[in-house]
Amino acid sequence: MLQVSHWHIRAPSNLTRFLLLALLSVSLMLLDARGHHLQKIRAGLTVLFVPIQIVAAFPVRVGSAVIDFIRGDESLRKEIARLHAEQPILLARLEKFEAIEAENAHLRQLLGTSALVADRAVAAELLEVASEPYRHAVVIAKGAKDGLYLGQPVIDAYGIRGQVSEVGILQSTAILITDPSHAIPVQVNRNGLRAIAFGTGTADSVSIRYLTASADIKEGDLLVSSGIGGGFPFGYPVAKVVKIVNDPNESFLDISATPVAQLSHNKEVLLIWPAKSNIPADAKKPTDNNKPVVRNNPAEPKKPVATRKPAEASPPANAPRPAISEPAKPAEGEPPP
Amino acid sequence: MKLGHNTRSRVIIASSFLVALVLSILPWPVWTEQFRPDWVALVLIYWCIALPTRVGVGTAWSVGLILDVLYGSMLGENALAKSLIAFLAVRFHLQLRMFPRWQQAVVVLLLIAANNLLVLWIKHLAGQAPATWGYLTPSIVSMLLWPWLFVILRDIRRHGNVS
Repeated sequence: MLQVSHWHIRAPSNLTRFLLLALLSVSLMLLDARGHHLQKIRAGLTVLFVPIQIVAAFPVRVGSAVIDFIRGDESLRKEIARLHAEQPILLARLEKFEAIEAENAHLRQLLGTSALVADRAVAAELLEVASEPYRHAVVIAKGAKDGLYLGQPVIDAYGIRGQVSEVGILQSTAILITDPSHAIPVQVNRNGLRAIAFGTGTADSVSIRYLTASADIKEGDLLVSSGIGGGFPFGYPVAKVVKIVNDPNESFLDISATPVAQLSHNKEVLLIWPAKSNIPADAKKPTDNNKPVVRNNPAEPKKPVATRKPAEASPPANAPRPAISEPAKPAEGEPPP
Repeated sequence: MKLGHNTRSRVIIASSFLVALVLSILPWPVWTEQFRPDWVALVLIYWCIALPTRVGVGTAWSVGLILDVLYGSMLGENALAKSLIAFLAVRFHLQLRMFPRWQQAVVVLLLIAANNLLVLWIKHLAGQAPATWGYLTPSIVSMLLWPWLFVILRDIRRHGNVS
């Protein structure tokens, strides 16, 4: 019933079609990877296929609704009680923090550096869809209309989660700091030693590269964002060093760290708009992303802040970064034990 | 009647691809992620073997592009990989139809492994590849699923009279 004779007629056309489409794919990839010329097309296509994502997210929605229903009032009451108990403590801490912040601003004024201003943050819901295997990305239910921009930092209550890698009209994608294409400039909270944390593609680990054996870094050190490169604001916790391997055959230490943000909790994230004129205006000018690694890697082959898309997040030249003048400022949101 | 039949066939094939796409982005616990079978490739291979005149490289490319959009990967990455699968499946569909089920499953393994290696290679060129053999586990899971999926899709095709 399936015409076998057609096979002979169709054979060349099948190959030709494959070659043509392969050519088309390759050119699409080049356009997409090199100049990001396809942002608009991609945004349009994303809107077109939002229904698929909504359907995929549906089971989890229903699941958590059912769980909420079963848990009932009792556990909710408990949770409210817990939150009530927690709130005064947090408020008290915040009070102190505000005083310290004011003092810090004053001191910075005396020093002649610009003050660190609080960043604006907005909570955003996540759409529960899986990403490609070995990529770590989340879909945020906010888009360009909410003022999101490429390279925008995404955090949660404990630390930095990642950055926005794709801004759609209704929704956006953010890659997590564990994504293999992600890198974030950090510094050791204890002594201000600067480094870069690269995503590894495994769920709970980032790797710190290009630190030599003489670098002062220990297991248990907290790494905070250094603010260099301009994409991420200074001082948010990023990861905790868990393992340092010093292989004499290698030029650099092999350091792995665990992100402090709860990357696998798909509930809510905070989007922050870094204070001051930090918002990159989709800048085309050459980035000074090279800065953070120059110290440590004389022969680093690829671009250091290797995020695929948001790499253009170049800092405005007028904003003096605090990291240089300041060895160890406590992170403002010291992660809870 | 002819048009109606034609349209219905298309709807059934398109729905099977839609279900595969939803399954590809359905959230699972993180540790299961590396075992997620390549649903789209499985459905694609079935239709390419069963109805090579209807589903071929073009369909594969379009579905792959949708997958790229959903995954947020480079546009064209999965499109290229999926059209490679479709090309090979259509090229050898007569042989594949004659194979016993387990032998088909082995071919499915090879096709999906080729797909994964191609994607891995592209990602490597773009400088964002994770260095792990785990990249090939989906093809093994897909191979194990193939016999069941084959039966399900064959029944759908027969009941829906898709041709």
